[in-house]
Amino acid sequence: MSPVGNRALGALTRHRLFWPAMILVALLALNVVFTDNFLNVQMRDGHLYGSLIDILRFGAPLILVALGMTLVIATGGIDLSVGSVVAISGALACLQISELADQNAVGGVLSAIGLTLVVILALGAWNGFLVAVVGIQPIIATLILMVAGRGLAQLIADGQIITINSSPYKLIGGGYWLTLPFGILVVIALIALTAFLTRRLALGMFIESVGGNAEASRLSGIRSRGVLIVAYTFCGLCAGIAGLMISSNVSSADGNNAGLWIELDAILAVVIGGTSLAGGRFSLSGTVLGALIIQTLTTTIYSIGVPPETTLLFKALVVTIVCLLQSPAFRQKAFRWRRPVPPPPVPREGSSPPSAGVGAERQVREEDEPVREETVRNR
Amino acid sequence: MEQPAPIVRMSGIGKRFPGVKALDDVGFRLLPGEVHALMGENGAGKSTLIKVLTGVYGVDEGEIELAGEPVAFSSPSAAQQAGISTVYQEVNLCGNLSVAENIFVGREPRRWGRIQWREMRRRAEELIGGLDLHIDVSAPLASCSLAVQQMVAIARAVDIEAKVLILDEPTSSLDADEVAQLFRVMRRLKEKGIAILFVSHFLDQIYEISDRMTILRNGKLVGEYLTRELPQVDLIAKMIGRELADLEKLEGKPPARVAEPLVEASDLGRAGGVNPFTLTIRQGEVIGLAGLLGSGRTELARLLFGADHADSGSLRVEGRRVALRTPRAAMNQKIAFCSENRRAEGLVDELTVRENIVLALQAARGWSRPLPRRRQDELVAKYIAVLNIRPGDPEQPVRTLSGGNQQKVLLARWLIMEPRLLILDEPTRGIDVGAKAEIQRLVVELSDGGMAVLFISAELEEVLRLSHRVGVLRDRTLIAQLDNDDALTTDVLMQKIASGAPV
Repeated sequence: MSPVGNRALGALTRHRLFWPAMILVALLALNVVFTDNFLNVQMRDGHLYGSLIDILRFGAPLILVALGMTLVIATGGIDLSVGSVVAISGALACLQISELADQNAVGGVLSAIGLTLVVILALGAWNGFLVAVVGIQPIIATLILMVAGRGLAQLIADGQIITINSSPYKLIGGGYWLTLPFGILVVIALIALTAFLTRRLALGMFIESVGGNAEASRLSGIRSRGVLIVAYTFCGLCAGIAGLMISSNVSSADGNNAGLWIELDAILAVVIGGTSLAGGRFSLSGTVLGALIIQTLTTTIYSIGVPPETTLLFKALVVTIVCLLQSPAFRQKAFRWRRPVPPPPVPREGSSPPSAGVGAERQVREEDEPVREETVRNR
Repeated sequence: MEQPAPIVRMSGIGKRFPGVKALDDVGFRLLPGEVHALMGENGAGKSTLIKVLTGVYGVDEGEIELAGEPVAFSSPSAAQQAGISTVYQEVNLCGNLSVAENIFVGREPRRWGRIQWREMRRRAEELIGGLDLHIDVSAPLASCSLAVQQMVAIARAVDIEAKVLILDEPTSSLDADEVAQLFRVMRRLKEKGIAILFVSHFLDQIYEISDRMTILRNGKLVGEYLTRELPQVDLIAKMIGRELADLEKLEGKPPARVAEPLVEASDLGRAGGVNPFTLTIRQGEVIGLAGLLGSGRTELARLLFGADHADSGSLRVEGRRVALRTPRAAMNQKIAFCSENRRAEGLVDELTVRENIVLALQAARGWSRPLPRRRQDELVAKYIAVLNIRPGDPEQPVRTLSGGNQQKVLLARWLIMEPRLLILDEPTRGIDVGAKAEIQRLVVELSDGGMAVLFISAELEEVLRLSHRVGVLRDRTLIAQLDNDDALTTDVLMQKIASGAPV
């Protein structure tokens, strides 16, 4: 290969989304082998159908939850309550719709959704309040709502599974619009909104600043409490919309199982996408990619016929591989022997993106040191 | 005078970090049965020397001998096994374990794999008793006072057959009684022939406990002295030194300013921070703050920026009474503050140079009114040029810059705010001479342009060169405010810092 080509390839492999993208491609390739016409996307009755569309459709709630989670994680926090928020949201909306005289009345459904979202916003703000104002560690603060929220969802549904029959509500998770599943459109809209808020407006910079160095941010005049509350509230909102989608898709609300463990998948998606759990830099596109990887993995498990009892184990195995591949230190070790000539470039610290996600070793900071040593740690 | 052979001898020690020589040909020796104070201002190389000795860092040049044998420790635990134990300012023990467990953690007395609790408690009591302490060894460590925790750490160190004990600022959070208790323990250990290396910023304590001292300045050895033969004033002179070298001389003393008062603090103070002080800062005036570390310099500045709340007194800006509850409130009054602690309180490592520079301005505008990218680029390009920030790539992560350039990034962040009062806390510490001169020149220019500057520095030369007036701090009190006229010299300032007599 020409040197220029080599350099271009090098730049490509060093891009922070290169490895997640490769993993997604590999998973899709695996599906192509096992499933006939996997890549086919057909137009049927004016709707798009196909395995790829399904991945997007079923992955929509996870992408949403992971999107909100990204902002929270970037502040250096975590939100464990999103699964419970999903359940509350579904239960609340379905309860109100089930009490409508006419479940197909658009106005009634809209007001049910509106009220649900208001409650969800309040729940997210509650998390933010506990973290930012009361000062509870995020993992504990959101654990409160994680546990209490499940109970709340069951209370709302009176311990039952609420089933509804409402075609306007069905649209959110199961319907189509402009040939695409409506859920995908909602996801695209929310991604666009998040990208606008964080990258076009200054919210993203504030979040990264607070997550990177809270005290320095305070001394620069950033109201970090406000930033934290916004992040948790937004995360709650995303989870709430995901909850609407999930309950709409099955036309029922199951307080016990809706959104169960989705917080873990969402955290995983964020981390696979290259956002460090320690806070700071975040990547929205990485998160979307991470969520797609997890959803594709779930699809793959079904399509290649992994026996149900080994599903979880298989998933864990793949996730482990993904995490290892994401770690520059591991790649360095694992691939060194393959290409002794030319030797792989010695990765300097700092050449990896600041938030390289899994395995990216954060340097230990000591604060009791004179300035001289600082320059060392910077390298 | 006959001296025992040194237990530790370090000679020709050199340690280089990128961009700076932290230790340059430093020699050091420690005799058995002495308390040896290691002196120097922040950044003088004390911590580096200790870390080199205890194996945290390797040395680039020079040799270390322990009891006559050349050694090179690969880790602190290797040093500990060889008999060099270190107790840090922050006690690194486990508060939830008992005193006895803390002393023996990792090397509990065992029989057939089972821990012998009774034996452990007995030996712990013996050890603690040996230090003249009488406490319940089965009580959780966290329930003991800081001094006792400190001494438990010492007891642990001593029990590991320590020949050399390094105490790195052990007294900074202790009260007078606790310090006395600690000193009793130190004297006992001294009698046993243990060599103690002691670091403290409190001069009185140094004179009370130490036998000899080694003074470092800017990574170089100033000398080794017998404590009783070195008066305090001389010690301070040797620590602070005179760094005339390459710095550009500014001509004459700056003329006094007779402008309107900008900021008037009256009896402003904060318990545990700085005692109530009264200070008037005029427009275009540079006020220098001199004093040793821990004298309340930074605490004073933080009150003026709202980084801490004042709990007494009042503050007026241009005659109007204001309460600065948050940095944001101070920013609204056009007050800016560059912290001495660039890494912890200044820069956000992960962000780029550009983002770090526009951070405060963007924060003042709020998240919903983003500074247009083109405007950002213009501002950043302008200040990269004005301050000569290198490398000049605005999209580079700020952590990849050298200390001096990081300092300039921080300065740029506040200069684009166009403040009326700029507080600079040790802006020239730990940066190279060239950057230092540039920052000094900038202060003069800003002041000529009408900006008031509060300039905090441990280097008296620098303070005298730049300031119109100098405030002297000692023991968290502003003890004097002196006009910077011809009568004011570094010697006078040192005298003030040392004597502490209020004017």
